[in-house]
Amino acid sequence: MLRLYLLAGAGGLLAVGLLLFGLSHSNYVGNVGIAPAQPVPFSHKHHSGELGIDCRNCHQQVEALATAGLPPTHTCMTCHSEIWAGSPMLAPVRDSLANNEPLHWTRVNRLPDYAYFNHSIHVTKGVGCSSCHGAMNEEQLTYAAQSFKMEFCLSCHRAPENFVRPQNEIWNMQWKPPADQATVGAALVKDYHIAGPERLSDCSICHR
Amino acid sequence: MRPRLVLLLLPLLAVAACKRQDMYTQDRSQTWDRNAFFANGTSMRHPVAGTVARVAPNPPAAAPATIDAALLARGQERFGIFCTPCHGRAGNGEGMIVQRGFTHPPSFVEGKLRQAKTQVFYDAITNGYGAMYSFADRLSPADRWAVIAYIRALQLSQNADVASLPAEDRAQLEASARQEAAK
Ligand code: HEC
Ligand code: HEC
Ligand code: HEC
Ligand code: HEC
Ligand code: HEC
Ligand code: HEC
Repeated sequence: MLRLYLLAGAGGLLAVGLLLFGLSHSNYVGNVGIAPAQPVPFSHKHHSGELGIDCRNCHQQVEALATAGLPPTHTCMTCHSEIWAGSPMLAPVRDSLANNEPLHWTRVNRLPDYAYFNHSIHVTKGVGCSSCHGAMNEEQLTYAAQSFKMEFCLSCHRAPENFVRPQNEIWNMQWKPPADQATVGAALVKDYHIAGPERLSDCSICHR
Repeated sequence: MRPRLVLLLLPLLAVAACKRQDMYTQDRSQTWDRNAFFANGTSMRHPVAGTVARVAPNPPAAAPATIDAALLARGQERFGIFCTPCHGRAGNGEGMIVQRGFTHPPSFVEGKLRQAKTQVFYDAITNGYGAMYSFADRLSPADRWAVIAYIRALQLSQNADVASLPAEDRAQLEASARQEAAK
C-alpha cells in the first residue's frame, strides 16, 4: 500500500513539474500577445501602418545604440501640437510637455537583467524588426510578439542564414524568407561578415 | 491509512519551492526603467542645472566640402524618415500629416525656398520655424547637411530641362515618352 502512495506521489510530482514547465514556456506567462495599459493608447497600426511614419522617426537610435529608445514627448508634439490638439486622449502628452514630466510607458519587451542585448548589430547585419517583434505596423496596441526565451535567440544564432535579409528589407514588417533563402541567406551571411555558430552561441556573448 | 494520503500533497511542496531566482532583476537601473528614487520617476537624468559639458554632445559641423552619392543617399534616407510626413516625398508640401490637417508648409521646389540660402534650411531644422518643431534632437549636424544636400537635389530635379540630362538618362526618358504616346 505504501508503495502505491509513493508511486502516486512521484507521478504527481512529475505532473506538476511538467505543468510548471509548460506554464513557464507558454505564451500566457510571457505576456505574449497581451497589451499592457499605457498612459496614452498609442497605435503603431495607425502611425506606421496607415500614416506610413518610419520606425526611426520615433526610435531613431535603433541603428546606432544597444537600445532602440522610446520617443520623448517632444517627438509626439511635432505633430500633435496641431493634430488632435484638443483630444482628451492626448491630454497626458500635453501635460507631459507643459510640466516637463516624462510619459511613463509600460515596458512590453523585457529581458532578464542577466542577459545582454544590442539592437544596432542586429539591424545593421540583416535582422529586421519583424523577426523579433512581429508585424508592429499592424498592432493597434503594443504587445510582445514573443517571450524571448534563450532558445529563440539561439535558434537564429545557430543558423542565421535562415533569417537574414538584405538591407532594404529591414523595415519591411511583412517580410517572409523567399523561396531561395538557402542560397540568398548564405551569401548574405558572407556579405555581412557574420561569425560562425560556435562563436554566436558562446555564452559570454549574451551573459557578459 | 489516512495519514498516507498526505503523501499525495507532497508535490505541492515542490511548487512552494519555486521562486524566481533573484538575478532576474538586479540592483541596478536600466535606461528605460521607472525609478521611485528620483522626483520625476525615471532612471534617466537631466544634467544638473548649470552643467558645463566637457565634450559637447552634438558639436556643430561645417557644411561638407564635396557632395557625393553617399551623402545624397544618407540625405534621402533621413529626409524620408523625418521630413516627408509633412513636406512630402517630392518636397512640395503635400505630406500625409498635412492631408490630416497640419499647417501647409511652403514648397521647397518652387517659389521663395528655391532661391533661399542654405542657412535658411539649416536654421529651420535646428531651431524649428513657426508651426514646425526643431529636429535638432533627431538629426546630427552632419545629417542636417545631408538632408539639405538632398533638398537641393529635389529642387534641381524638378526644375531641370531635358537637355541637361546625361545621354543615357535622356534616351530612357525619350523611350518612355514614346511608349506613352503610342498608348
Ligand atoms: C510616432 C512614433 C512611433 C513610431 C513611428 C514607431 N513607434 Fe514604436 N513605439 C512608440 C512609443 C511611444 C512606444 C511606447 C508605447 C507602446 O509600447 O505602445 C513604442 C513601443 C515600441 C515597441 C515596444 C517597446 C517595449 O516596451 O518593449 C516596439 C518593439 C516598437 N515600438 C517597434 C516599432 C517599430 C518596428 C516601428 C516601425 C514599424 C515603430 N515602433 C514605429 C512610438 C513609435
Ligand atoms: C508624424 C506625425 C505624428 C507623430 C510624430 C505622432 N503622431 Fe499621433 N497621430 C498623428 C495623426 C496624423 C493622427 C490622426 C490621424 C487621423 O486623423 O486619422 C494621430 C493620432 C493619434 C492618436 C489618436 C487621437 C484620437 O483622439 O483619436 C493618439 C492617441 C496618438 N496619435 C498618440 C501619439 C503619441 C503618444 C505620439 C508620440 C509617441 C504620437 N502620436 C506621435 C500623427 C503623429
Ligand atoms: C534580434 C531581435 C530583435 C530585433 C531584430 C529588434 N529588436 Fe527591438 N527588442 C528586442 C529585445 C530582446 C528587446 C528588450 C530589450 C531589453 O529588455 O533590454 C527589445 C526592445 C525594443 C524596444 C524597447 C526599448 C528598448 O530599446 O529596450 C523598442 C522600441 C524596440 N525594441 C524597437 C525595435 C525596432 C524599431 C527594431 C527594428 C529596427 C527592433 N526593435 C529590432 C529584440 C529585437
Ligand atoms: C533572426 C536572427 C537573430 C535573432 C533572433 C537573435 N540574433 Fe543576436 N545576432 C544575430 C546576428 C546575425 C548577429 C551578428 C553576428 C556577427 O556580427 O557575427 C547577432 C549578434 C548578437 C550579439 C553581438 C555578438 C557579438 O559578437 O558581440 C548579441 C549580444 C546578440 N546577438 C544577442 C541576442 C539575443 C540576446 C537575442 C535574443 C533576445 C538575439 N541575439 C536574437 C542574429 C540574431
Ligand atoms: C544568443 C544569446 C544567448 C546565448 C549565446 C546564451 N544565452 Fe543563456 N539566456 C539568454 C537569454 C535571452 C536568457 C533569458 C531568457 C530565458 O530565460 O530563457 C537566457 C537565460 C539563461 C539561463 C537561465 C535560464 C532560466 O530558465 O532561468 C541560463 C542558466 C543560461 N542562459 C545559460 C547559458 C549558457 C550556459 C550558455 C552557453 C552555453 C548561454 N546561456 C548562452 C541568451 C543567451
Ligand atoms: C510636422 C510637420 C513638419 C515636419 C515633420 C517638417 N516640417 Fe518643415 N515646415 C512645416 C511647416 C508647417 C512649415 C511652415 C511653418 C510656418 O510657416 O509656420 C515648415 C517650414 C519649413 C521650412 C521653411 C523655413 C523658412 O525659413 O521659410 C524649411 C526649410 C523646412 N520646413 C524644412 C524641413 C526639414 C528639412 C524637415 C525634415 C528634417 C522638416 N521641415 C520637417 C512642417 C514640418
